[in-house]
Amino acid sequence: MLSYLLRRIVYALPIMLGVALVCFLLVHLAPGDPLVSILPPDASADLQAQLRELYGFNRSLPEQFAMWVWRALHGDLGVSIASNRPVAGEVLTAVGNTLRLAVVATLIGFVLGSLFGFVAGYFRNSWLDRLASMLSVLGVSVPHYWLGMVMVIVFSSQLMWLPATGAGPGGSSDWAWDWEHIQFLVLPAITMSVIPMGIIARTVRALVADILDQEFIVGLRAKGLTHLGVFRHMVKNAAPTALAVMGLQLGYLLGGSILIETVFSWPGTGFLLNSAIFQRDLPLLQGTILVLAMFFVLLNLLVDVLQTLLDPRIARA
Amino acid sequence: MATSTASSLPSAAAAAPCADSAVPALPPSRGYWALVLQRFTRDPVAMGAAVVVLLLIGLALLGPWLAPADPYAASMLQRLKPIGTEGLPLGSDELGRDMLSRLMVGARLSLFIGITPVVCAFVVGSVIGIVAGYAGGMTNTAIMRTVDVFYAFPSVLLAIALSGVLGAGIVNSLISLTIVFIPQIVRVAESVTTQVRSRDYVDAARASGASPFTIVRVHVLGNVLGPIFVYATSLIAVSMILASGLSFLGLGVKPPEPEWGLMLNTLRTAIYVQPWVAALPGLMIFITSISFNILSDGLRSAMDNKG
Amino acid sequence: MQAITDIGGPAQPLLTITGLTKHFPLTKDALGGGSGVVRAVDGVSFEVLKGETLGVVGESGCGKSTTARLMMQLMAPTAGQIVFDGCTVGGRDLPLKEFRRQVQMVFQDSYASLNPRLTIEDSVAFGPQVHGVPQRQAVARARDLLDRVGLAPGRFAERYPHELSGGQRQRVNIARALALQPRMVILDEAVSALDKSVEAQVLNLLTDLKAEFGLTYVFISHDLNVVHYMSDRVMVMYLGQVAEIGPSDALFRQPAHPYTGALLSSMPSMDPDHRTEVAPLAGDPPNPIDPPAGCRFHPRCALAAPVCAQRVPVRTITGPHHVAACLVHEPGSGHPQAVAALAQAA
Repeated sequence: MLSYLLRRIVYALPIMLGVALVCFLLVHLAPGDPLVSILPPDASADLQAQLRELYGFNRSLPEQFAMWVWRALHGDLGVSIASNRPVAGEVLTAVGNTLRLAVVATLIGFVLGSLFGFVAGYFRNSWLDRLASMLSVLGVSVPHYWLGMVMVIVFSSQLMWLPATGAGPGGSSDWAWDWEHIQFLVLPAITMSVIPMGIIARTVRALVADILDQEFIVGLRAKGLTHLGVFRHMVKNAAPTALAVMGLQLGYLLGGSILIETVFSWPGTGFLLNSAIFQRDLPLLQGTILVLAMFFVLLNLLVDVLQTLLDPRIARA
Repeated sequence: MATSTASSLPSAAAAAPCADSAVPALPPSRGYWALVLQRFTRDPVAMGAAVVVLLLIGLALLGPWLAPADPYAASMLQRLKPIGTEGLPLGSDELGRDMLSRLMVGARLSLFIGITPVVCAFVVGSVIGIVAGYAGGMTNTAIMRTVDVFYAFPSVLLAIALSGVLGAGIVNSLISLTIVFIPQIVRVAESVTTQVRSRDYVDAARASGASPFTIVRVHVLGNVLGPIFVYATSLIAVSMILASGLSFLGLGVKPPEPEWGLMLNTLRTAIYVQPWVAALPGLMIFITSISFNILSDGLRSAMDNKG
Repeated sequence: MQAITDIGGPAQPLLTITGLTKHFPLTKDALGGGSGVVRAVDGVSFEVLKGETLGVVGESGCGKSTTARLMMQLMAPTAGQIVFDGCTVGGRDLPLKEFRRQVQMVFQDSYASLNPRLTIEDSVAFGPQVHGVPQRQAVARARDLLDRVGLAPGRFAERYPHELSGGQRQRVNIARALALQPRMVILDEAVSALDKSVEAQVLNLLTDLKAEFGLTYVFISHDLNVVHYMSDRVMVMYLGQVAEIGPSDALFRQPAHPYTGALLSSMPSMDPDHRTEVAPLAGDPPNPIDPPAGCRFHPRCALAAPVCAQRVPVRTITGPHHVAACLVHEPGSGHPQAVAALAQAA
């Protein structure tokens, strides 16, 4: 099993390289001279030449890529045009905020989704199953940015229970787990949790129904196993896959948070991405995408490794 | 065991009734898709969704002619009227345009940017995936590892990154969404093709001396396109939400075109003034997305239980 | 399609297999790690004579099906040579496509061998069409063959595989194999999945067709009774190698290789006076990844001697047209029951 794990980790390396390559090439896809986006329009020719030299735009693409990767590995992701601050710092602060949101959302989604999924699978083909399945289809189909707007309308504007936008009094950098701050987290987290909830509910339902249908359950009941015992068995069998799906959903939320963060003005990576796009702030854009994609790759790797550790069937030949 | 050296035809015919007695009066022959359709029509929920989808497509095609008012006609006096106003059954938007008309005409753009990327990805992805699945070996490895790299991005992120880089506009968002969906289709196509390729009937076809091209055409395509198609239909809902989402961020359709995602964007600030009007476009996206999801689920169920 | 001419004459074996070997690399997981090979077929040599039925028997995992697929060129051998009627397959005299016309196969799983999307007449007509027969003629030939195997074309030709029973499907597979007018048909466990009564009908059909079309059969099965009934000669395989080849009756009456003897003794007996009470074959078949040294059968052999673990037996003649690979029959092998080295010819 250890060799499988090692191989899996090694296998992630070319993927990460490929991801870095795509991120790098993305920016060069942008129409126009990349230098134009970095410089103010009235820059002198001298300044242009200087920066061209600095960023290596006068070198070949592979060389530029190597330089960029080298710098990135040292934590230098360039400087944001808009704010003139190092990209790495901005991205990391933003990642922290998004992680807070995404983790809470994933947990909510996982708990509720597992509950619905379990009920649906256990009482399969009954009205409970159909109801729970309907809810999960709803969850998966809802445009989350719209749901966010609706939540703001209902809970912020009409009922005035919760704030509509922002991340709390401290803005993006000062967080504490008190109600003053958490109240800002509630609406976005719930909105974000809906899609993972739907997906996890479906997965868990399928797993539970599958396990219950297997003959070994009949055998166990025949041996006198109680309902609780069957439940424990099911959890053991379903857990690896369910946790894997949860991990993957967390990854998707990390990468795909932009829409919800835009609705709630939550100062996370999505929000950062949004401003980077509209200000044509290419270094910031590139850096953000790179960090997010790497997070996703590493998260997938982690999920794979954990799944292997939990489910011995996978690693054994 | 009896040996039968006498005329073999009668013995075969005499043997046949024994084997055939399990199938006395054969019902009319039904091909695969006929069976699938039959099973599908027995599912009321799926049928309901199919009806809704057909209505939406009808709306998309006929919207401009059915709409009661001009979706572009702006009037500052009529800004943000509530639902049920005289002459504005669903209210008006931030520029005074009739919401009902804009929603109806918006169906055409929203459905277009939602469905087209999936169609394109289906075509391109199937070709790549089938080639990878049938060829095997190094070709397969090369293709699938490249796909893995794209899979390493969350789809929303990739779509937004590509759109952000290419710039706003319908064509650009179509391109970026197609690119996002191609790897997913390639994966499914490759997986199904590899399974079919290992079936005995493909071996039998190879054993008759057919060329790989003929085998793919006659034996592989028919068995592979079905599952890929069903998977593709499950992507439509995601594509619609993503495409409208791009417009919501300002990266897709540009004003003044009516498109549901863009309408949500421009109406965002109106949620404090006329919340329910502002929420309408999203509701349309929601309805469309659910219907496609249920449709695709129903199709998958109909295909799953073999006859 | 032209009629196939017999190239080498009746005395030349139709198929000569020499040293056929197939090793599959072991992959422990999706990432391609792990090492070792599965020695599915390891140095198999035999001949198939014109007009005969050669039965092939052995336990699961002995390499019968792999050998069949290698014979059909459905996979490339790791080593070995296949010569068909004197011509090397794929060589100048016998291009692969032509070889495919002449040798066809009927598979075990009747459902998996038929494309579920094609009607059965289309499935049968596919082969001739590949070889240039126009569609109408191909379909006509297909219907004719379906009739010949006992499936009335009017009722069955436009059906789909899922609408037929197992026995009917297998008839379709036989019709499909015959559509190209081959000279040899390999039947890989073709009747194993059928009910006994249906099996009897299909076997009779096969015998009739063989006589009518002058075919040569290679009949692979794990059912010894059926093999005895159908075959002229029988080949016994064990763990990727040939244990014994001989005339059907002689082999069944007096098996030369201890493995054959054990196989035959383990058949449940219908005679209450001679019940099979003790299973003569102990243990599970060992695995082809790490076969035993020396004679591969020695761990389970009742006649095993120390030399059996050290020395690989060579094929020896034990009777008319009867060979076996066992140290007991090999003169001078060092086995206590073997004769001493042949005395020098005077």
